[in-house]
Amino acid sequence: MFIDQLFNGLSVGSILLLIAIGLAITFGLMGVINMAHGELMMVGAYTTYVIQQWFTSHMPHSAGLYFVAAIPLSFLAAALLGWGLEKSLIRHLYHRPLDSLLATWGISLILQQTARLIFGAPNVAVVPPSWLDGGIRLFGAVFPYKRLFILCLVLAIVFFLYMYLMKTRAGRRIQAVTMNRSMAACLGIATQKVDAYSFAIGSGLAGVAGCALTLLGPIGPTIGTYYIVDAFMVVILGGVGKLAGTLLGAFGIGLISTFVEYSTSATIAKVIVFVLIIAFLQWKPSGLLSVRTRSLD
Amino acid sequence: MVNKRWGYWLFFAALFLAPFYLTEFRLSLLGKFLCFAIVAVGISLIWGYTGILSLGHGVYFGLGAYCMAMYLKLEASRGHLPDFMEWSGVRELPWFWKPFAHPMVAIAAAIALPTLLAALLSYLTFKNRIQGVYFSLLSQAVVVVFVTLFIGKQEWTGGTNGLTNFSTVFGFSLSSPLTQIVLYWLTAAVLALIFVMTRRLTTGQLGKVLIAIRDAENRVRFLGFNPTVYKVFVYSLSAAFAGVAGALFVLQVGLISPEMMGIIPSIEMVLWAAVGGRHSLMGAIIGAIVMNTAKSFLSENYPDLWLLLLGALFVVVVLFVPKGLAGIYESLAAVRIKEKRGHEREARVDVS
Repeated sequence: MFIDQLFNGLSVGSILLLIAIGLAITFGLMGVINMAHGELMMVGAYTTYVIQQWFTSHMPHSAGLYFVAAIPLSFLAAALLGWGLEKSLIRHLYHRPLDSLLATWGISLILQQTARLIFGAPNVAVVPPSWLDGGIRLFGAVFPYKRLFILCLVLAIVFFLYMYLMKTRAGRRIQAVTMNRSMAACLGIATQKVDAYSFAIGSGLAGVAGCALTLLGPIGPTIGTYYIVDAFMVVILGGVGKLAGTLLGAFGIGLISTFVEYSTSATIAKVIVFVLIIAFLQWKPSGLLSVRTRSLD
Repeated sequence: MVNKRWGYWLFFAALFLAPFYLTEFRLSLLGKFLCFAIVAVGISLIWGYTGILSLGHGVYFGLGAYCMAMYLKLEASRGHLPDFMEWSGVRELPWFWKPFAHPMVAIAAAIALPTLLAALLSYLTFKNRIQGVYFSLLSQAVVVVFVTLFIGKQEWTGGTNGLTNFSTVFGFSLSSPLTQIVLYWLTAAVLALIFVMTRRLTTGQLGKVLIAIRDAENRVRFLGFNPTVYKVFVYSLSAAFAGVAGALFVLQVGLISPEMMGIIPSIEMVLWAAVGGRHSLMGAIIGAIVMNTAKSFLSENYPDLWLLLLGALFVVVVLFVPKGLAGIYESLAAVRIKEKRGHEREARVDVS
């Protein structure tokens, strides 16, 4: 029983992390509140749906393979949209965080409504590939492949993102801009370009999250709003500016909420987790891990 | 300045006389919008003046509305259990429902509960200097928590359906036109009172401190003020406004459900203030009325278009008219004054 709950907690945590990891880039590293993040997830999810439709009609024999194509394509679709969003809207609002929150909320409404007009208001089901059916039986508990797959996917993403930020030139540029924008600009980094592609990467990761969510259930135009608030809580709890904080925050919230939910109910668990987050912020106002700085604000 | 004051008098006189020139249906709509205008004044106070963006005002509005609705429900049930409780198999009235049989308790709670919740949330966050977008996101999480709680505890709150089917208030029938007109006047009076009070507050010394906190909180701190106290105060005050508005809303509309306090209604409240002009109290009132008029017209006739338009409006207002309708009015007025001065100068040139 305990192992069941532990695995459930890890699984919920991995989904939260998958959604929050994109936020950790746009919000954590760039300081932009992207309320349309959930809708970028939705774009990823619908991309997966469209690809599945295409595979089943054009190559029905290998239809199960659609998922392999869906992951990179949903990344691309969401990243492209995110890039356009940054170019057209968000770059004008870097100094007005509250306003960028409202504007991106507007974008999220538009995207939701557009999805409703194209795909209809009811949820659509994406049939998970057959090679992810079933699960492993270990210690008397069943671990479904789908959830294990999501767990592995998110760990792989975290690993690659970490390598990208630490080891590549482009990643280091992102870090430099995060730490000190004007100094980075003085040293010849095109900060606007960095902004655009880091926002695109964050958005693309939201798309991958959406793609993974299709494994868990039907998808609809409002799929993003279910998760977005929790994902923001993960970033706030984890602390801004560090990926490791987001990792800890996501698994922390995932584990605590599953265990509380198990001993009470889903409703009460939501309340208790929120109270715990507020209580935790009393102790560490800037989250679990955050960049130390001596500057005010 | 004198002109402006005349404008205010005219505006409120028009509101009070509305029962004489509007049909019953339109009056009930306007009454509803005036409740929203009360919320918008509170939002303008915290956002436009103090720089706190709250995405949680739906909860305060909802709490006020639920407090009032509990009283109305008990009065409508005439000593029996409310109908929805019987459906979910509750045998006895829960203890926290009992005090709401008294209208005065219900009214007091409709103001006190939102105020206390807001005070607690804002104290715990502002004390730790958690501010800006972090506070906005936390206040939005409060909305999610309350909405799940109110839907989940169906046997106590009526679940998704909320509380409805009321009959009387203080023994007067809620469906009679006269009661509705009296309630409308009450709403308009409360709005006028809150407007005057908030205006006094913001034009006085306190208003200067609030604006200073908005523009440079740390400097205010260095000057020896404690911004936390001010922020907690205005935030709680605006939550109290929202609570009052909720109570008045439920009296006129006869329904409150978790859907009306959710994430989207909460952020729409912010948009009212943004469209009207967040820095202007009158702007916020006008914004609430204009936006809701547009909504009730468009969402009935073109429901698909409405959400697209709402989304576009967020973007357009933020990017192109951050000062809203009030800002447009002010810049027009400034142009007129400039023109006038220009004429005077020409006149003077003529004389010399």
